[in-house]
Amino acid sequence: MKTRHSQPGFPEPFGLYHPRYEHDACGVGFIANLRNKKSHDTINKALEILVNLTHRGACGCDEKTGDGAGILIQIPHEFMRQATSQEGFSLPDVHEYGAGIVFLPRKKEERKQCKELFERIVKEEKQVLLGWRPIPVDNSVIGDVARTAEPHSEMIFIGRGPGIKDDSHFERKLFVIRKVMENKIRESELSEKSFFYLPSLSCRTLIYKGLLLADQLEPYFYADLREESMVTGLALVHQRYSTNTFPTWDLAQPFRFLCHNGEINTVRGNTNWMQARQHLFQSDRFSDDIEKLFPIITPGASDSAVLDNALELLVHSGRTLPHAIMMMIPEAWQDHKTMSKEKKGFYEYHACVMEPWDGPASIPFTDGQCIGAVLDRNGLRPSRYTVTKDGFVVMASETGVLNIDPANVEYKGRLQPGRMFLVDMEKSRIIEDVEIKHEESIRRPFTQWVEENRVTFGHLPDARNVPATDFDTLVTRQKQFGFSQEDLKIILGPMAMTASEPLGSMGDDTPIAILSDRPRPLYDYFRQLFAQVTNPPLDAIREKLVTSLVTTLGAEQDLFQESPLHCHQFRLEQPILTNRELKQLAEIDEQNLKGTTLPIVYPVKEGGPGLEKAIEDLCESAETRIDEGCSVLVLSDRNVSREQAPIPAILAVGAVHHHLIRAGKRTRCGIVLESGEPREVHHHCVLFGYGCCAVNPYLVYETIDDMVAKGMLRDVTPVRANENYIKALGKGILKVMSKMGISTLHSYRGAQIFEALGLNEEVIDRYFTGTPSRVGGMGLEGIAEEVARRHHPAYPERIIPESTTLAVGGKYQWRRQGENHHYNPLSIAKLQQATRSNNYDTYKEYAALINEKSSSVGTLRGLFELRIDPTCSIPIGEVEPVDEILRRFKTGAMSYGSISKEAHETLAVAMNRIGGKSNSGEGGEDEDRFYPDADGRWRNSAIKQVASGRFGVTSHYLANAKELQIKMAQGAKPGEGGQLPGYKVYRWIAETRHTTPYVGLISPPPHHDIYSIEDLAQLIHDLKNSNPQARINVKLVSEVGVGTVAAGVSKGKADVVLVSGHDGGTGSSPLTSLKHAGLPWELGIAETHQTLVRNDLRDRIVVECDGQLKTGRDVAVACMLGAEEFGFSSAPLVVMGCIMMRVCHLNTCPVGIATQDPELREKFEGKPEDVITFFRFVAEELREILAELGYRSVNELVGQSDRLEMAGAIDHWKAKGLDYSKILDKPVAWEDSTLYCSKVQDHGLDKALDHELIRLARPALEDGMKVEEKIEIRNVHRTVGTMLSHEIAKRYRGDGLPDDTIVFHCSGSAGQSFCAFGSRGITMNIEGDANDYFGKGLSGAKITIRPPRESTFPAEENVLVGNVAFYGATSGEAYIRGGAGERFCVRNSGVRAVVESVGDHGCEYMTGGRAVILGPTGRNFAAGMSGGIAYVLDDSGDFAEYRLNREMVEPEPLTDNEDIAELRLMIEDHLRYTDSAVAKRVVDDWQGSLEKFVKIMPTDYKAALERLAREAEDDKTKVILETVSEGA
Amino acid sequence: MKYGTMGKLTGFKEFDRELPQRRPVEERLQDWKEFYDYSTFPAKKLQKQAARCMDCGVPTCHAGCPLGNLIPDWNDFVYQDRWEEAIVQLHSTNNFPEFTGRLCPAPCEEACVLGINETPVTIEEIEKNIVEHAFAVGWIKPEPPANRTGKSIAVIGSGPAGMACAQQLNRAGHTVHLYERSECVGGLMRYGIPDFKLEKRIIARRLDVMEKEGIIPRTGVDVGNEITAEDLNREYNAVVLSIGATKPRDLPIAGRSLKGVHFAMDFLTQQNKRVGNEPFTAEDILATDKNVMVIGGGDTGSDCIGTSNRHRAASVTNFELLPKPTLDRPEDQPWPFWPMRLRSSSSHEEGANRNWSILTKEFIGEDGAMTHLKTVNVEWVPSQNGGRPEMQEIEGTEKEWPCELALLALGFLGPEPDNIVAQFGCELDQRGNIKTDENYMSTVPGVFAAGDSRRGQSLIVWAISEGREAARGVDSYLMGRTELTSKEGMDLPRV
Repeated sequence: MKTRHSQPGFPEPFGLYHPRYEHDACGVGFIANLRNKKSHDTINKALEILVNLTHRGACGCDEKTGDGAGILIQIPHEFMRQATSQEGFSLPDVHEYGAGIVFLPRKKEERKQCKELFERIVKEEKQVLLGWRPIPVDNSVIGDVARTAEPHSEMIFIGRGPGIKDDSHFERKLFVIRKVMENKIRESELSEKSFFYLPSLSCRTLIYKGLLLADQLEPYFYADLREESMVTGLALVHQRYSTNTFPTWDLAQPFRFLCHNGEINTVRGNTNWMQARQHLFQSDRFSDDIEKLFPIITPGASDSAVLDNALELLVHSGRTLPHAIMMMIPEAWQDHKTMSKEKKGFYEYHACVMEPWDGPASIPFTDGQCIGAVLDRNGLRPSRYTVTKDGFVVMASETGVLNIDPANVEYKGRLQPGRMFLVDMEKSRIIEDVEIKHEESIRRPFTQWVEENRVTFGHLPDARNVPATDFDTLVTRQKQFGFSQEDLKIILGPMAMTASEPLGSMGDDTPIAILSDRPRPLYDYFRQLFAQVTNPPLDAIREKLVTSLVTTLGAEQDLFQESPLHCHQFRLEQPILTNRELKQLAEIDEQNLKGTTLPIVYPVKEGGPGLEKAIEDLCESAETRIDEGCSVLVLSDRNVSREQAPIPAILAVGAVHHHLIRAGKRTRCGIVLESGEPREVHHHCVLFGYGCCAVNPYLVYETIDDMVAKGMLRDVTPVRANENYIKALGKGILKVMSKMGISTLHSYRGAQIFEALGLNEEVIDRYFTGTPSRVGGMGLEGIAEEVARRHHPAYPERIIPESTTLAVGGKYQWRRQGENHHYNPLSIAKLQQATRSNNYDTYKEYAALINEKSSSVGTLRGLFELRIDPTCSIPIGEVEPVDEILRRFKTGAMSYGSISKEAHETLAVAMNRIGGKSNSGEGGEDEDRFYPDADGRWRNSAIKQVASGRFGVTSHYLANAKELQIKMAQGAKPGEGGQLPGYKVYRWIAETRHTTPYVGLISPPPHHDIYSIEDLAQLIHDLKNSNPQARINVKLVSEVGVGTVAAGVSKGKADVVLVSGHDGGTGSSPLTSLKHAGLPWELGIAETHQTLVRNDLRDRIVVECDGQLKTGRDVAVACMLGAEEFGFSSAPLVVMGCIMMRVCHLNTCPVGIATQDPELREKFEGKPEDVITFFRFVAEELREILAELGYRSVNELVGQSDRLEMAGAIDHWKAKGLDYSKILDKPVAWEDSTLYCSKVQDHGLDKALDHELIRLARPALEDGMKVEEKIEIRNVHRTVGTMLSHEIAKRYRGDGLPDDTIVFHCSGSAGQSFCAFGSRGITMNIEGDANDYFGKGLSGAKITIRPPRESTFPAEENVLVGNVAFYGATSGEAYIRGGAGERFCVRNSGVRAVVESVGDHGCEYMTGGRAVILGPTGRNFAAGMSGGIAYVLDDSGDFAEYRLNREMVEPEPLTDNEDIAELRLMIEDHLRYTDSAVAKRVVDDWQGSLEKFVKIMPTDYKAALERLAREAEDDKTKVILETVSEGA
Repeated sequence: MKYGTMGKLTGFKEFDRELPQRRPVEERLQDWKEFYDYSTFPAKKLQKQAARCMDCGVPTCHAGCPLGNLIPDWNDFVYQDRWEEAIVQLHSTNNFPEFTGRLCPAPCEEACVLGINETPVTIEEIEKNIVEHAFAVGWIKPEPPANRTGKSIAVIGSGPAGMACAQQLNRAGHTVHLYERSECVGGLMRYGIPDFKLEKRIIARRLDVMEKEGIIPRTGVDVGNEITAEDLNREYNAVVLSIGATKPRDLPIAGRSLKGVHFAMDFLTQQNKRVGNEPFTAEDILATDKNVMVIGGGDTGSDCIGTSNRHRAASVTNFELLPKPTLDRPEDQPWPFWPMRLRSSSSHEEGANRNWSILTKEFIGEDGAMTHLKTVNVEWVPSQNGGRPEMQEIEGTEKEWPCELALLALGFLGPEPDNIVAQFGCELDQRGNIKTDENYMSTVPGVFAAGDSRRGQSLIVWAISEGREAARGVDSYLMGRTELTSKEGMDLPRV
């Protein structure tokens, strides 16, 4: 057996795994006594909170090893005094000493060395070492894995030295000591140095934490935490969920100033900028100590730890905690209509000082004196608080974590997006967001400073000599920069005409850049990363109020100072510059803002060395210019010529950016690019991602001018066309950013959200430092060769007529002179011929075209060779039969709606017949397909998908699946949502999706119930409850770090994890995503398998692969890299007749597959038999490979990566530098484990409260009798009512039981996902409150909720239910006497709900149903709302002006009698069910209230209803006419 | 919106396939002019036809075209009324669209995606119109090279392969002499194709442009006799043999030497000279008032039928050895491959008795002149060893047909071997064609081959393609690199 972890912390990188991509998330909470009354009880309560958050954490491979838990408290002086006196030394007064908990090596000798070192440093820093105290722990309570890495814990006590003025000064000193100690240990030779860690060292706070489960914290530190003298006035607790099982004691939280639930998406950029910035630090506070603090950011730390590092520095720089937090996590201020001038000034000023740390974050923070919390700008984490009458404030990720007598509740609330709240214990009061921020904002005249110093184009003199379009040399330059006819026709044309990005479909079957025979733009070697699972992507369209393209340009000043000069920067509203603007910037010459231009060309004939030299010179001149006072560096390739070729712009930008970071000069300038090269959205994104501030794509402007002149673009002026192009870029850039969950360009800039594919280590390390690049690739030589191959055709030695036209292209549509495509005329023809004629020989011809082992195939797998040892080969008869293998095959998720009924059902019938699985896709499914037809055909999709739109996801739908797939991302467009335009929503589509015909449907980019890994675990739990027999499958897309996500998914109890390749995808997608996002599955599957095995998580989860799988060999390679089930999409479509028109998004599919047009559907000629034939052929080919390799079954082949090797003798001019060793790294299974799935997950359903509910409801379930019962609920009871709903759906199908058949009266705090997918017939009445995902997917049930009767607070002013209530609900009713959190009724399509206030983004993406809001709403109400009606009681009268998003809806007064009757009925029901005071007031003054109601109705919805009414009328007329004619 | 702003999305749903009408049979039998009546087809109609093109993600037509014509791209230009760009795009892969637009059997249309379940796009008609429009407007002008390389090349044989090769090489800056044994340039296209398919002014029009570009035709020169390989080696830096596959397949049966039995090409050539007012020495071969038997069911046979009808033959009968093909695709020749199916040309429409599975056994005559011929019906039985089906005569089906003129249109066997090819010492391949490497160079350095003489008897598009690709080979050979473009990519194989 391999030894388990002997050292704490992450292992060294292995294979494709790198610890950098570990994620964590959690539950957080705090409790504070408003009057700072210290008590032991506070600790007990905090620990209770922690235990009640257990389900938000996870445990590893052994059930007793948690992912980490901890508590932060004030220093308990009395306890400390007693404890130290037992050790034989005494302590001075409070705050005269600092204390810390120290994790030390276990080897006595090394421990001694550590302690001596510590003592020496304390002395050097002129402080007094008071003594050490071993901390008694009980390690019998912790898991085996935790114990293997358990450090030795001691406490250190340091007395305040002479010359220390005050507390803060002392804290700074202790900070310096800690930093020095950490650095010294890191540099030491100690064998157990990874054990060393300092959770805290402070004169104010103390942190107990470790690799523990929530309920282990107290017993582990029993001697301390149980001691009555252990008292505190505040306590911060944290329960961690990490994506690995590695024993990392140090990553438990809280950190010194905060704990963090969420993820910082921009952490790489933030870290780089901090590193760049530290050279400017000058602080009299630290004087000579400054250098000791470096590196500010602890190498290899988690995003939360890095956040803590930066916050700590800002606080020690003299800023208050709230100030520092506001700098780092600013709310969305740019487009805020009602924000005060002072606050905007504050934010704008600080935007010049530091970029935002962007990402989902609920952050409780404390310095031991005050405690508070802040939420990210988009409100992506839950934070609920309760203030009690006896003076406590309790805040946590959930409500109900502490048992509080309802009569003791003063009020309840939630933290809102971008808001902060603070408990000032010295002043014994809670300070609200407005007050804190106002105070910070007026501390200095920030607004005035900004107004006086900020520079914009308006301030600058007009530019001279703005370059105009040069039509004569245009083609030459277009060729030099690699423009093709396709670029014009497919990319630039649509952008210039429609101001948006073009769409495509059917994935990408062209070679990855490094394997292409053609020169490719260097941008093509950068793959966009995207958010999946551990953080959510954003919706830059519907939630654009949180996004911004504003950036600043210029030199930064010292972070430790505050001066007007700090904001003497240039403000850019968006980063794409016109020629005029570029000139203005290049010529800028003001104090602190001085422009200069540096050429980025090199002599093309000098090749790689010439390029290298030119880059070196460029970097050197950049540095010199900065030293000369320049702060706007314009890199320009305007002066290209026959001799001078352009340096690829991204290479120039990356080189200068990283050179200046290393030189410590990066923050003294902004980099601007003037280049002919960038044209696509992706190109610009890469440039910004590596630090560029602004781009002037001059050649595109000239090209567009030319296209207008030639009539290629009609009815548009050149000016307008160029404006459209810029606008399209802006939208596209926002989209790419939002895929990663990043909302501002300011923080995206330099964040390097890319993985390189095909660049060698040298290039990466020098010019793109820190970018993952895992298979190596080409170096400067190759890059120069690509430049030359573009350059020479631009300057032909002899001109012939053909050489004056641009290359034809072929990247998007196959052309002979273009890129290779896997699906080409021959392969399509052969595949169709083979399956239709059932001819295996023809199939082999097809397979040979795909499998050809050469770079021309263009895939990584194309370069693999199987290591065949003839002596191992076995007769094919010994290999498991085809039928066994077929069970592992699936067809991909293609929604009914994206493809026709005929195509969808053909796949289902075929897969059911061979025991494989077809996939419903995200469009729901017609219920009549759930049950076999009379002729035995079964059209049911075995896999039912649950995607972000939740279309048609009802309890009945869920109950009829063998597998439920959570689509986190899709290969064609990971990180993005989708949109089914109204014209495609035919009646039959609307019906299965439970929406209205002709109304467009939006799938949001994120699942609104998954912003974090613990949320995913919750959804897995929900779905398992909705159908306990179904496997739960989580679909991910390959990218760097997908392995760690998969490990987290496995810990979250998924049964299957699917890793899709970037190239798959059948649906429509922006071309930027189709071509540039995600990675090949070869990397994703290998990384996933390696990571799962190393974490001992492999044998409990099935690994599935899809993405352009086309042959048995593809399957074999995927299997050897670690997959055991396999999905196919495009190949079966081709078998059914698809000929890769790539117009799926246009409804014009000429073979009746990707269309709903009845006329075209008639042309569908696919047959289930052909599909079956295809899969049998693939299985047969796989069997041949198995026999050749000597394996008898697929299971035996899983993970045998040592039977693969990279094809020898690759002499491809680019690809020769590829190195597959990381992909082929083969982990060994643990003892008693396997390399494939051999166990089942323990979903813990046996503990579900629903078993009790089902028992109680038996008379109803079995005989339809009425049942009414009372139950107690707590927040730990999650997903209550869902399994019961499943029982109803199983027995009574979609109709459920009659209303109110089963009634439960619940009291207490409802856990997450209360009554999720609740079936009709269930009524749940709650007295208490509820958490997130209340009633999501509601399928006919009724829920009412009201505060406990003992409560004294006004119900309507309090938050009663959490975020994302009724997400994707299809029918049912709900009445909430109180407020709801963010995203109330998101994507609701049928629930009728009444509530008394809602947070931001209310009724987002709603497509049907009714929402009545009897009180205030948050911002962005009705964003993306395409159907249904909302009635809002607008007391303040400014709802429509400030809080309604009017892109898709119109506010109307309530005049229609039917509407009024409907509203009245709902409010009366609300009053009847909940005794609502608001409802009573409204009903009492009905006429007066009516005037205040605003009706919100989507314009499309209105039009659709009118159209339907007309059609109904026509139908009636038709019937009458027919009847008449029949009668005649 | 489609990827781009281009094309009409639903044209294929809105418009049906439509071609210009053919002139009435009686009218066209009166003359030798082309059989289409273009007055029935204004440009607007053509644009609708172009709008039927679906601008496919995988345009199989483009693979089906041996020239690699960028069909969707110029279809779109036509639809958008951007004719000048259309001709530029078309010329970028095809030197002579006016030839292919008339003579090509259009494998592209068999490969058209729309053809899967609809009638295909009228690609060939659009092609022809683009070039005719361009000639009419005057866009097709000589494009002589800016500079001359100083290298000279002899292109032997002025059929479409030789013409294309010559034009490409000239554009690359070389001095090109285009040799032709006959009086006029054009090869088989000039002397084999009847005017009702291609009026010879069309060739002259193109030749005029080529001459103005600097190509020097040397017609009436019998290379091999009047000029030897040695001469060529001395005078030129490279030689391209595009001498065609002119050796006809014979039918060596009894009575072959009777008067009235002729190779089809002799018949057609003579008629072409007659129409072109070229003198010829041989005795007239005329079908007038004769019972004409055309043996061979291919394109040449069809041309013989049309010509015979214009001669006012008493009857025209056509024999084909193979079975009658189906009107639809045979199952084993699925889309997008070129299918053997029943095709009817304008000549067939003009009247012919077509017979399949029929073997000519004997020519019977009196006084040295043929009066009858004898045939037997055959059947094709699957071969035992899985090879090609084998032919078996059906007993009792022998038949005698009155016949005074029999035209042998049985295909060609390769280049004439005993002249210039032999002088150069070029190796031949197994099929008797000139053997070359992938750069079209024969086994003799500096001697290249293109067209039917390299490829064997084939289509005009292949000839042009061969000429273009060979020119690249020559240019690279002479210059070390080439600026000439290649069609690249895949050609659809025959199944």
